[in-house]
Amino acid sequence: MIKLNNLVANYTTVRGQVSAVDGVQLEIPSGIILGVAGESGCGKTTLMKIIYGDIGFPLSLPSGNIEYNFRTEKGEPVTTKNIKNFWFKRISYIPQSSMSSLNPVIRVNQQFVDFLKDGQRKADVLAQVRTYVQELGLPAEAVDAYPHQLSGGMRQRIMVAMATFFQPDIILADEPTTALDVVVQKGILLLLMNLQEKMKNTIFFVSHDMGVHYQITHKMLIMYAAKAVEYGDSSDVFERPLHPYTKLLTESLPTIGDERTRQGVAGRPPSLWDDLRGCRFADRCPLVTELCRTKEPELIEYRSGHSAACHCAEKLL
Amino acid sequence: MKTVLKTENLHKVYSLGSFLRGVKINALDDVNLRVESDQPVIISLVGESGSGKTTLAKVVLRLIEPSSGSAVVYDQQVAGKGVRPAKREFLSTVQPIFQNPFEAFSSYRTVDSYLERTAMFVNGLSRTQAVGAMEEALASVGLKFVDVKGKYPNQFSGGELQRVSVARALIPHPQIIIADEPVSMIDASLRMNVINLFLSLKQKFSTSFLYITHDLATAYYISDYLAVMYRGCIVEFGEARIVLTNPQHPYTKLLLESIPSTKWKWVRKQMAESDIETKEYRFVGCKFHNRCSLAQDICIQKRPLAIKKADGRDVYCHFAE
Repeated sequence: MIKLNNLVANYTTVRGQVSAVDGVQLEIPSGIILGVAGESGCGKTTLMKIIYGDIGFPLSLPSGNIEYNFRTEKGEPVTTKNIKNFWFKRISYIPQSSMSSLNPVIRVNQQFVDFLKDGQRKADVLAQVRTYVQELGLPAEAVDAYPHQLSGGMRQRIMVAMATFFQPDIILADEPTTALDVVVQKGILLLLMNLQEKMKNTIFFVSHDMGVHYQITHKMLIMYAAKAVEYGDSSDVFERPLHPYTKLLTESLPTIGDERTRQGVAGRPPSLWDDLRGCRFADRCPLVTELCRTKEPELIEYRSGHSAACHCAEKLL
Repeated sequence: MKTVLKTENLHKVYSLGSFLRGVKINALDDVNLRVESDQPVIISLVGESGSGKTTLAKVVLRLIEPSSGSAVVYDQQVAGKGVRPAKREFLSTVQPIFQNPFEAFSSYRTVDSYLERTAMFVNGLSRTQAVGAMEEALASVGLKFVDVKGKYPNQFSGGELQRVSVARALIPHPQIIIADEPVSMIDASLRMNVINLFLSLKQKFSTSFLYITHDLATAYYISDYLAVMYRGCIVEFGEARIVLTNPQHPYTKLLLESIPSTKWKWVRKQMAESDIETKEYRFVGCKFHNRCSLAQDICIQKRPLAIKKADGRDVYCHFAE
C-alpha cells in the first residue's frame, strides 16, 4: 500500500507561490497499474515528481507526506527525503522523451552501467543487460548503438528496459508513449503490461489518452486543476463515472463505427492564481448548482473503492 | 466536377547523411490521388510518422518542390516541373494550419498582426478594411476581435490559439485548408471543439480540408475520403467510412487493431516488429512485406499496383481479398 497523505506541492515564481497539487489524499494498493489522467497543467507531472522525491527549487512540499510500500535495509521508513537513495533500484522513472533522456554522446550500454551497485562487475552486468534487452524484443546490437541510431520505439523500449532492470517496487511512467505512433505504442504498452504481471510492481501511468488508460490500467485517478476529482477501479470509472468531468472526458472522443456528434468540454480550466472557491470545475459543469460555487466538494467514497469529489455525484450513481 | 486534389506520380527524394555515405529516402514514392467533387470535402491522410503525410502537405503548399510528378488543387497546378502559380491567386486557394500554434505564431508579435497582414497582402485590403475582415473571420471560429486584439500567443490556451490560426487561414476565403496534425497538441477535452469547427466551416463557407493526422478516430468522425500512407506510398484510398469499417490492406487492419479504444480491449499477442526505417523506404516490392502475414515472394519482388474495388476504393496489395 502506498499512502499519499494530504499532499500540497507549491511552485515558487516571481508572482509568489502557486499550488500545482492541492491536497491529494489517496491509498494505492501495491502491484497494480494506476492511471493518472487530466488536462495539461492539472498537476499530473508534479504529482509524479513528488512521489519520485525529485523536489528542488522551484518545487516545494509545504505539507503532506508519502508512505511508500517498502522500507530501508535497516527497516526504517522511506520518505520523500531519502527516496533518492533508491532511485532506479526500488523506484524508477520512464520519461516522455527518450531522446532527451538518453545521453546522445555515449553508447546505450554505458548508460546501463551508470547505476551499478557497489561491488558489481561491469562485464557481468552488461551480459545481463544484453539478455534482458533481447527478452524485451530488441536486437542485442541495440545496446551497442548510440541513441540517435535507434528509432523512437526502440529508444522507448530501452528506457523501459532501464526502468525495469532491477525489478523496482514502483515505476513512474510519465506519458511514455505520447510521442509514438499507435502501432509502436501498442507494442510498448503490451510489453509494459507483461512485465508488470511478472514483476508485480506498482506503476503510476500518466497519460491524457483515455483509450490508453482503458487498455492497461487497473485503477484510475482523474485530476482537475490540482485536485484529485475521481479515484476508483478502471472498470467503474469508465463504465459508471461519478464526476461529470470524467464523463465528459470519456464521452468526448469519437470512435470508429459510431456516428453520434461529439462535443468537447466547453471553456477552460481556472487559473491556479485566482482565488478559487467552491468546485473548480463549476464553470464548465453541466450539473452546476449554487452549492458548487460556494463549497468545495471533498473526495468521498460513493461506491466501494470508488470515490469522487462532486456535490452531484449521487445524481450520477 | 471540380478537381479538389489530384497528384500524379508524385515523388520526393530526401538525401540523408554525408556525400559519400548518404542514403536516399523516398518520402513520396509514386503517389497518385484523385478526388473530384462539386461539394466541399474533407480528405484525411493517415499513417505513422515517416509515412510521408507531411511531405505531401508541403508539396501541395509549395513549401518544397517534388522530385518529379505534379499536383493539382482546385483546377490549379501547384506543383510540378516549371509550375509557378501567381502568389496571390495561390494563397487565396490554399491556406495552411500547422500542428503547434505556439510555434506558428512568434511570441514577440501580437496574433492579430498576422491576421491583419494576411488581409492586407492576400486580400489586398486597406488597414481599415482589414479590421472588418478580421472581425468576420474571428466570429466564424467563435472568438471576438476585442478579445484577441493586442494579445500575444502566451495569453491564449492551445485550443484558442489554434482557433485564431484557423481564423487567419479563413481570411482569404480559401477553397481548401491544409491542416497538418491540427489537434495533436491540444488537450483531449478541447480537441473535439476544433474538429467540430472544421465540420461547421465546411458547411458554412464550403471550405474543403486536407486533414493530416495519425488519429484514425477523428479521421473517421470528419472525413469524406481517406488515404492511408506507409513509407511514402499510398496503401489504401477511398471513402472514409468504407475504408475504416471494412479495411482490406493488411497495414490498415494493423492500424485499426492498434487504436487504444475505450470500447474493446486489445488482443494481447506478439506483434511483428518493423525493420530499420531507411531500409524499408528502399524496398523494391511492397514496403510492408516484412511485417505482413500474407507476404509471399511476389511481395518482395514487385510493387503492388492500385486495384480498383467495386466500392470505389484503391487497394495497393497483391493479396487483398
